[in-house]
Amino acid sequence: MATDERTWRRPTAFRRREMKWAVYAGIVAFFLWSAWGIGLDLSRVVRGVGRGATLLGDFLPPDATPRQTQRIVDKMVESVAMAMVSTVTGIVLSVPIAFMAAENLSPKPLYYLNRGFISISRAFNAIIVAILVVKAVGLGPLAGIITITFKTVGFFSKLFAEDIEDIDMGSVDAVRAAGASPVQTLLYGVVPQIVPRFAGLSVYRWDINIRTSTIVGIVGAGGIGSVLLTAFNRYDYPYVSAILLAIILVVLVAEGVSAVVRRRYQ
Amino acid sequence: MAGTNETRTWQRFDRRRRFGRYLGWLAALIVFVASWRFLETGVTRPETIPREINDLLTRMYPPDVSYTAEIVRPLIETIHIAALGTAGALVLAVPVALLAAENTTPNAATYWLGKVIVTVSRSVNTIIWALIFVVVFGTGPLAGAVAIAFRSVGFLGKLIGEEIEEIDFGQVEAVRAAGASPTQLLLYGILPQVKPALVGLSVYRWDINVRDSTILGFVGAGGIGVQLFRAVNAFAWQSVATVLLVILGVVVVSEALSAYARSLVR
Repeated sequence: MATDERTWRRPTAFRRREMKWAVYAGIVAFFLWSAWGIGLDLSRVVRGVGRGATLLGDFLPPDATPRQTQRIVDKMVESVAMAMVSTVTGIVLSVPIAFMAAENLSPKPLYYLNRGFISISRAFNAIIVAILVVKAVGLGPLAGIITITFKTVGFFSKLFAEDIEDIDMGSVDAVRAAGASPVQTLLYGVVPQIVPRFAGLSVYRWDINIRTSTIVGIVGAGGIGSVLLTAFNRYDYPYVSAILLAIILVVLVAEGVSAVVRRRYQ
Repeated sequence: MAGTNETRTWQRFDRRRRFGRYLGWLAALIVFVASWRFLETGVTRPETIPREINDLLTRMYPPDVSYTAEIVRPLIETIHIAALGTAGALVLAVPVALLAAENTTPNAATYWLGKVIVTVSRSVNTIIWALIFVVVFGTGPLAGAVAIAFRSVGFLGKLIGEEIEEIDFGQVEAVRAAGASPTQLLLYGILPQVKPALVGLSVYRWDINVRDSTILGFVGAGGIGVQLFRAVNAFAWQSVATVLLVILGVVVVSEALSAYARSLVR
């Protein structure tokens, strides 16, 4: 074994080089299958790009009559109000669920039950939830509120439960050892440790809810989404781009507020 | 001063901060109540809401197993859309990330261009992008894949950009000092440093895209959403349940796969 013949080779994340190439080949094959599966062909793409350029021309400049502007403002306020209400209801409902979904505090059956609920809430896109809720309770902002509340519970309980799992059990044991009842243990041992994260998460979810509330209208659950869909269906593209601008603006403001508040709490 | 010492009690916050906290809670309450009243949801009997949702769930049970055969093809299409959309997004996001990172962007104008692309892409929801691309490419999965790609560019561009901002620039200087061209600089100076993040973030986004691609069918952009939409409109609740279960399965599997792949590169 002559050591001087050794050459350096970059280490690989896979155990063997053959394995690496096999994985890469598999991924490439999968993408080719996907491209074939959705009927991707170059001429269609090229034609699409041409039409895209035309459409962009139709979009610009954004334009809305005073009546349309009024409608944007009204529906946008509705979206934001929906987000506000469902953030509060969602978080109120999340707190008990999060405690029940925390492995260190909750008995096993309850833990699995709540984890299951969280998985279901997170798996379904807001639009899917909205379409079902609209069928159940009818068109309008109520459907939006229920939808966003449901989505909030999944998101918030999951992250909040993880924060609860991360707490220092030593201080909980200390409170318990001092003779505290289960409620007191929760109030003095657990709650003080998670309050800062609670505030940060709430604001973060509020920000996401504002985004969501702008689209659930597409399936009839209230808010600006309905205006957007109608404008699209009437090919009123300057109006569409005015609505899009309004959405981007509101989302940006919400994101800014959320970022500032979270920075203060961390 | 010293004389009053014994009457002092420990408090977590001084009076001003406590006042601020109460004010915060009060403001939240006012916003909540005002929003609720503004929305005029017309819930005269709130107790009927759980009943109606419960009614919907009863009608879904048991899921129509025979419907599974019909949703295999749309399901595969959904997976194709998510995969191709993510691949497209990655191709588009790398240049955007280079523009949006302070240390690689050529000048202030390109920096802001990068930021604007990232912001617009992130603020516009997938379903709105889908609305736009259905006009451009016609109905079908191609529009869906492009919509997914455009939505993901912002996410990937932003996070990859942040990774690029954190690289060790010494290595880049070293490669440049060895006489590398800009392309070589990118390949040997920057890429190796962000590669784990690139892979991790792409897989993470792919996981999100699987969820997002399930709704594209609502606006005609292909995937399993078409079947879901059709079943909902036909009030075929047992078929709806089947579709929902299948979506749940796919989402859970993709989440597990994504978590596993990310644990490999970390």
